[in-house]
Amino acid sequence: MKVIELHKSVTASNDRDAQVLRDELKEKGVFFVNLMSAAGSGKTTLLLKTIEDLREEYKIAVLEADIEADVDALKIEEGGARSIQVHTDGMCHMDAGMTRTGLEEMGLEGMDLVFLENIGNLICPAEYDTGASKNVMILSVPEGDDKPLKYPLMFQNSDVLLVTKIDVLPYFNFDMKKMQERVRFLNPDIRIIPVSAKKGEGMKEWEDWLREQIALWKAPHA
Amino acid sequence: MHELSIVTHVAKTLDELAEENHLEKIGSVTLQVGEVSGIVTDYFIDCWNYFKRKDPLIEEAELKLEEIKAVTFCEDCKQEYETVRYGRICPYCHSEHTYLVTGNECIIKEIEAEERKEEKKETCE
Ligand SMILES: Nc1nc2c(ncn2[C@@H]2O[C@H](COP(=O)(O)OP(=O)(O)O)[C@@H](O)[C@H]2O)c(=O)[nH]1
Ligand SMILES: [Mg+2]
Ligand SMILES: [Zn+2]
Repeated sequence: MKVIELHKSVTASNDRDAQVLRDELKEKGVFFVNLMSAAGSGKTTLLLKTIEDLREEYKIAVLEADIEADVDALKIEEGGARSIQVHTDGMCHMDAGMTRTGLEEMGLEGMDLVFLENIGNLICPAEYDTGASKNVMILSVPEGDDKPLKYPLMFQNSDVLLVTKIDVLPYFNFDMKKMQERVRFLNPDIRIIPVSAKKGEGMKEWEDWLREQIALWKAPHA
Repeated sequence: MHELSIVTHVAKTLDELAEENHLEKIGSVTLQVGEVSGIVTDYFIDCWNYFKRKDPLIEEAELKLEEIKAVTFCEDCKQEYETVRYGRICPYCHSEHTYLVTGNECIIKEIEAEERKEEKKETCE
């Protein structure tokens, strides 16, 4: 027997696969968003509203990996975007390999904007690069303003934080200012956008962010 | 389950390594696991034993786990302290401006392996 020293992080090979995938998507001009949140935070609802507003402008698709993915995939199809359900086999997160398989099965021909509805938990998905162009996380008002203290890595690794269900703010003890301070302490560069997918508030700011990012992503030398 | 997912990542890395280094069998794998990595070692061992039966390369491999202690650094008073004991607040100056230095990792440290026997080169002439 021979001893081989590796000193290699378990996620190292995933990080490499993810970068290769990201480069390929850039080449194809497909802007790919990894959407993460706890279960029931409002990912599907937000996606449906976003698709409704943007489907005339972009060709959109969704990779569904969360629980009830089959139901969500159906709803998305009815909403006018292509969608496919990924089989996650009891895994707690999507990795770059599973994402690639899903994207290839779905087909990327002509796509401008693709979302991954990641598996609903705030711990594991934060650690695995999926090859996404940008990471977006959702915190819904009922979950509480102390979530950043409990799950710091998710907030550190996200480019955008959507604070959803703001229509129910009057009924909850949710301190928006305190929450923002906590998040900025962990990640000074994060973009925080409060929205209500139900009432439409804040959706324009989110969609403008998407428009701006898609344009940058498709620009040849960015 | 988180532990099963990590086992699949370890197995994938080992498969790649075996390919590159012409390894036939892996005898043991030493993994370093951070104290606050969130990995439950008992679950991890169960998952490993379940998963290794599916992969001939590692079916006989022994899993060795080493713990890495969690240490947090305070940016205000520049001291290090035990994360598990004191959490996010510095015990010396009560600052919140602290960050984890070690303890969140999961590293494949080393393996023991047997190389594939050199195949006799056929001379066809
Ligand atoms: N009040 C309110 N409820 C919402 C909003 N967005 C989603 N919900 C509700 O939250 C629940 C979970 O939403 P869903 O999109 O399925 O969450 P997912 O599991 O993250 O995909 C559903 O009952 C939605 O109707 C919102 O902006 N406001
Ligand atoms: Mg959903
Ligand atoms: Zn201190």
